[in-house]
Amino acid sequence: MKWKPRTFQQRKAITGMIFLIPWTLGFILFFLVPIFNSILYSFNDLKATDTGYKLDYEGTDNYHHALFVDATFVRTLTTVITEMLVNVPLIIIFSLFVAVLLNQKFFGRSVARAVFFLPVILASGIAISIQNAGFMEQIMQASMANSDPTGASPGGLLQSIELRLMLTDIGVSETIVDYLTSAVDRIYEIITQSGVQILIFLAGLQSISPSLYEASKIEGATGYEAFWKITFPMVSPLILTNLVYTIIDSFMNNAITQMIDTTAFQTLDFGLSSAMSWIYFSLIAVILAVSTYIVSRRVFYHD
Amino acid sequence: MQEIKMYLLNVERWSRWIWSIVRAILLIGMGFVVLYPILLKVSAAFKSMDDLYNPTVMYVPQTLTFENFKTAIDVMQYSDAIFNSFALSLVTTVLQTFSCALAGYAFAKLPFRGSNLLFGGVVLTILVPPQTILVPMYINFKNFDLFGLVHLFSGHGVNLLDSYWPFILTAATGNALKSGLFIYIFRQFFRGISKEIEEAAFVDGASVFKSFLRIMLPNAIPAMITVTLFCFVWQWNDTFITANFLPSMNTLTNATLSLPYKLNVLLSGSGTGATTQVDPFEASMLVDTGLLLSILPLIVMYLFVQRYFVESIDRTGLVG
Repeated sequence: MKWKPRTFQQRKAITGMIFLIPWTLGFILFFLVPIFNSILYSFNDLKATDTGYKLDYEGTDNYHHALFVDATFVRTLTTVITEMLVNVPLIIIFSLFVAVLLNQKFFGRSVARAVFFLPVILASGIAISIQNAGFMEQIMQASMANSDPTGASPGGLLQSIELRLMLTDIGVSETIVDYLTSAVDRIYEIITQSGVQILIFLAGLQSISPSLYEASKIEGATGYEAFWKITFPMVSPLILTNLVYTIIDSFMNNAITQMIDTTAFQTLDFGLSSAMSWIYFSLIAVILAVSTYIVSRRVFYHD
Repeated sequence: MQEIKMYLLNVERWSRWIWSIVRAILLIGMGFVVLYPILLKVSAAFKSMDDLYNPTVMYVPQTLTFENFKTAIDVMQYSDAIFNSFALSLVTTVLQTFSCALAGYAFAKLPFRGSNLLFGGVVLTILVPPQTILVPMYINFKNFDLFGLVHLFSGHGVNLLDSYWPFILTAATGNALKSGLFIYIFRQFFRGISKEIEEAAFVDGASVFKSFLRIMLPNAIPAMITVTLFCFVWQWNDTFITANFLPSMNTLTNATLSLPYKLNVLLSGSGTGATTQVDPFEASMLVDTGLLLSILPLIVMYLFVQRYFVESIDRTGLVG
């Protein structure tokens, strides 16, 4: 048998396959197989035995249990999803606003940037999960009642009672008032969750060519007009990126994931836990698909 | 006179001034919201019991004390925890950066039939929350087996829980925490590197692998810095996977998570035998100190590398 000399493209393709062998192995072992098993478990009752585990098929019982029998699952799920739907637009608007501010030249800009990206390294983990620990909650509740001397809760700092009264007095509709005041109450949550989004917007703002602004200024555009006619369309693809990122990020660590975790490892009901996580994931997937579809139709691509 | 009048009536100058004041107020206010919890923890960490009940003391304690630090360091076994956390984060970061760079390069520059389909798989790993596959992963690692090979020899799988192996295996194959995102970042970055550079290397006789090591990786240093930083930080902060796969290892996150419970035992028992009521304020003060201690290494690190954080996404080509 005679080897044909391989073309450059073929050589590259073969190396590409070799490069991807480790990832594909891991993908099958640590992703596809677990995904398949997870679907399997959700339709079964999983019992641990000495040698491993055994499965008893029980159809959609787990899903039925999660949706109609479990006392807290549906309620927690609705709370988490509503909270996400409220937070995501706020985070995106806020991070775009901060990115625009941080992109301007002023004294102490690097310090300000450093402060705003601090949540990226701090917010993701420990501080949040310790607040979920039961003991801490008791302390928090006790200290709420007694005006905590250590003042550990950041939520107590900012309350919007005056703002609420003021807006209602002016005659703003109640739903809008609720939304705005809840936004003010959530300011801590929103700021700490928008670190990466600010980074992405900032990078996008810096890639806009200054000549566009110069031209618009010569033509007599105000800063306000320049924002809506230049900045906003130019960063609109990144709004899509940030939307996807924010939604994904918000389902990494919240009440529902805690619940899935405790169902699996404290109640040891693996089947129910799998069923819960699939219900959760399918809801997220729907939200992600719908919001991406809506936003991507309005995105402006420069080239 | 006319000049001064012109100067004072210059609307643009005034509006610029007002805008910078408004901007400063906004930024300082929001910056304060970010820093406030940390400042509170610092303030709590230095307080003594007297200060805690002294109504005139709000933020700045009258008597500085390091007692809280001593107790918290003791309970958390701090030096041990730091070492474990550091080792774990370092190992996964190095492995994951390399494996993700490899995969990202293959996706960007070495297309073959079906590679787009595999990239769809990468996107899927970004989208599926880790909780969905946690249970099967747990069972998988408890009874680990490589396509039934281990089973063939020893009759049963290997228990890999409570070792570094789950982390090493997932990181080395680019399927660990947020790997999909890192592969995506690398792919975007390598796509931006011009074709001419690698073709020049091939003409000079380098193999594809050699050109990856010698040409592409050095060029990809900005992307590598980004991925390394985020990978390290996320691994360091991760409570979810570490608590499940390494339950008895004393990492910093596990130590912090068990801190409230341990303090409860310590304060209620404290050697006298009689169980006394735990003072929630004292406990909360100590928990705050523990939290501060656990984020302290990250803050110190951040002081040195924050410049790279700020510039990082800009240079990865993620944008545009």
